[in-house]
Amino acid sequence: MIRFVLGKLAYLLPTFLGITIVAFGFVRVLPGDPVLLMAGERGLSPERHAELSHALGFDRPLWQQYLDFLVRLLHGDFGVSLVTKRPVLHEFFTLFPATIELSLCAILLATAIGLPLGIFAAIRRGSWFDQVSMSTALVGYSMPIFWWGLLLIIFFSGFLGWTPVSGRISLMYFFPKVTGFMLIDSLLSGQKGAFASALSHLILPAIVLATIPMAVIARQARSAMLEVLGEDYVRTARAKGLSAWRVVGLHALRNALIPVITTIGLQVGTLMGGAILTETIFSWPGIGKAMVDSISRRDYPSVQGGLLIIAAAVMLVNLIVDLLYGLINPRIRHR
Amino acid sequence: MKYLTRLATGLVMAGLLGGAAAAKTLVYCSEGSPEGFDPAPYTAGTTLDASAKAVYNRLVEFEKGTTKVIPGLAESWDVSADGKEYTFHLRKGVKFHTTDFFTPTRDFNADDVVFSFNRQGKADDPWHTYIEGITYEYYTGMEMDKVITDVVKVDDNTVKFVLSRPEAPFLADLAMSFASIDSKEYADKLAAEGRQADFNNQPIGTGPFQFVAYEKDAVIRYKANPDYWGGAPKVDDLVFAITPDAAVRVQKLKAGECQVMPFPSPADIEGLKADPNLTVMDQAGLNVAYLAYNTVVAPFDNVKVRKALNMAINKQAIIDAVFQGTGQVAKNPIPPTMWSYNDAVKDDPYDPEAAKKLLEEAGVKDLSMKVWAMPVQRPYMPNAQRTAELIQADFAKIGVKVEIVSYEWGEYLKKSTELKRDGAVILGWTGDNGDPDNFMGVLLGCAGAGEGGSNRAHWCYKPFDDLIQKAKVTSDMAERTKLYEEAQVVFKEQAPWATIAHSTVFMPMSKKVSGYVMDPLGLHDFSGVDVAE
Repeated sequence: MIRFVLGKLAYLLPTFLGITIVAFGFVRVLPGDPVLLMAGERGLSPERHAELSHALGFDRPLWQQYLDFLVRLLHGDFGVSLVTKRPVLHEFFTLFPATIELSLCAILLATAIGLPLGIFAAIRRGSWFDQVSMSTALVGYSMPIFWWGLLLIIFFSGFLGWTPVSGRISLMYFFPKVTGFMLIDSLLSGQKGAFASALSHLILPAIVLATIPMAVIARQARSAMLEVLGEDYVRTARAKGLSAWRVVGLHALRNALIPVITTIGLQVGTLMGGAILTETIFSWPGIGKAMVDSISRRDYPSVQGGLLIIAAAVMLVNLIVDLLYGLINPRIRHR
Repeated sequence: MKYLTRLATGLVMAGLLGGAAAAKTLVYCSEGSPEGFDPAPYTAGTTLDASAKAVYNRLVEFEKGTTKVIPGLAESWDVSADGKEYTFHLRKGVKFHTTDFFTPTRDFNADDVVFSFNRQGKADDPWHTYIEGITYEYYTGMEMDKVITDVVKVDDNTVKFVLSRPEAPFLADLAMSFASIDSKEYADKLAAEGRQADFNNQPIGTGPFQFVAYEKDAVIRYKANPDYWGGAPKVDDLVFAITPDAAVRVQKLKAGECQVMPFPSPADIEGLKADPNLTVMDQAGLNVAYLAYNTVVAPFDNVKVRKALNMAINKQAIIDAVFQGTGQVAKNPIPPTMWSYNDAVKDDPYDPEAAKKLLEEAGVKDLSMKVWAMPVQRPYMPNAQRTAELIQADFAKIGVKVEIVSYEWGEYLKKSTELKRDGAVILGWTGDNGDPDNFMGVLLGCAGAGEGGSNRAHWCYKPFDDLIQKAKVTSDMAERTKLYEEAQVVFKEQAPWATIAHSTVFMPMSKKVSGYVMDPLGLHDFSGVDVAE
């Protein structure tokens, strides 16, 4: 098992190095010049432009800028945002918990609903439940997030008044951040109603962000389950007279879960994409929204740093998924 | 169900608690996060609302709702006969904010003024580069680096600015956000503790509100400055709830989660006006949207051609279709709310037939040209692409073929300044300080006509430039007004631009809010605002 873990880890280093190149290159390939964007309609004389570019180090050869970026990275320095002039790492670390909290709730919600839905649909293949739930999943999968979020806000917050429109917690609560996770911090604060407020703010964005992964998980769970249910050993188990519950719950589910876990792991990437839109609609102070702002301002250090942090997080999740495989399916770790 | 009950209990308790505290809070749904809290390095309105307007004061201020310069931290000032020395007499007894991160030991004085300007203007000042990559775009943009030669402390309550040349807009410049006055004592304390960067994170000023906390992309909290020299604010707490999406801001306002919101989409305005709990204030924005010809490239170097094209544009149609009524047709390069606006100037009439004739007269046949459309929405222009399409259709009627081009915004800004630029460019401007020079000097003067300059028409016309140069160094207001009025006549005759529109700015708010005054410069000031319980 240890060899298996080490082997997985060994892959991470070159991957991460590759990502630094992509992150560094990506934002520079985009047309546009951060110095010009700073000046706006006023324009910049060529001399002033050269002066500012020099001050920011953009006049040096690209390879030199990249090496500098790497060296700083090794010292844990992600650079300073061109826009806010604050250290990138510090900036993203204050935003990251918000994104993780939202994504975690969304993926839990997606799994909690999607998985049983898919399994049940597979067991009752062809029934009305199967058809309704799978077509709903298809609708969910094709839902434009921005429109869906706004629709929910208008209905639940505007029309019914059940949920708050946006933000992470009611503005009347004000307490120091401890973990950065609002649900935990609100409990720690000891302020009455704070946790309920934080939770109520989480409902709509979590639903919106969970919609697509939920659909994907449900469909994946259904097809994996169907496949497994057709296997010989399941037939054998049934023939042995095991209860339907044991056949499905014990024998089939464990094997059906493998591709589903892969899917859930892969959905983390989707979540990151969805988080950008969800965070913008719900004024959720997370990393997705900040990335969009940084890209549109051509804030090179922030985009680089943000991409690296996101990539590292996705890699970490994939590593965990890989390790989970090993637990669920012993064949993998011995290979 | 159990959960819902708990949620409801929580919310009710929250409500009770909120009631018990009884602090008056004004919540403003702001449109974005500030870049920082030091007003000097930034130019974005979003940033300056959160820093300069809420936390700081300047030596002179703009009177609320106008661009008239009135005393601020300086009670009075004298200008030397040659216009090159400004002596400011400072207000006494002004206190800097006392917060949990700073307690001032002295009142505001001349040292603070000297510090605030030297850190921007003097490259050898230790505070000039207190954070990596910092630049002072407004200070250099307003040419303060060329204008101010020295800032001298005469005594504790007197400061003298020595200028390299007479500069009529100087006082208006000093009322701008970048000229906010910092606490030198606070800066010294931070330097001693090696925490210089916090100068940009935890601001200390003399303004109506003092900074409490900021969480990026979420919220900024202020509380009233009880010692404010201009009178303590009427609310206890001011909160900026950062809400980037305009449609969501509308929902928050309607749900009572905030009381004031900026920048509604034109499409939402009717609905907001219809809401019985809301009022929608509006004001002509201090801005202009224009189409700048490249006057150094044939045939656009010919006045007749430019005039003909101007007469072919149906501007009212653009106002109706693109601005959806939230704007007015522009005839001058400055907006009508600005002093020296020359209302006697006659706009080129919309007359395609006459335009055709004029083109023939100029000897131009089968003209095809490019029109540049900005890729972004700006306060003065909701949709440049659509505007360009309307212009394209208008020009087609007089036989001029138009190809619409666009670039990424940064590229657009850069390429549009190129001398050999092919085509006319749609762009605009929002005023910084309410001075006509800030429009006519910056956008149409010879100084900006080169590559990289702000004069996108590359129009350097001596009779016009002489007028605005003279106006810039004349201190007599009546005389300046006359010069600018004359300059507008010359501008119209020479037609380096087609002036398109001045947009209207809307400010929806709860009916509970009183005392809000819209700022013609587009910033947001909550110092005199009250909110009913």
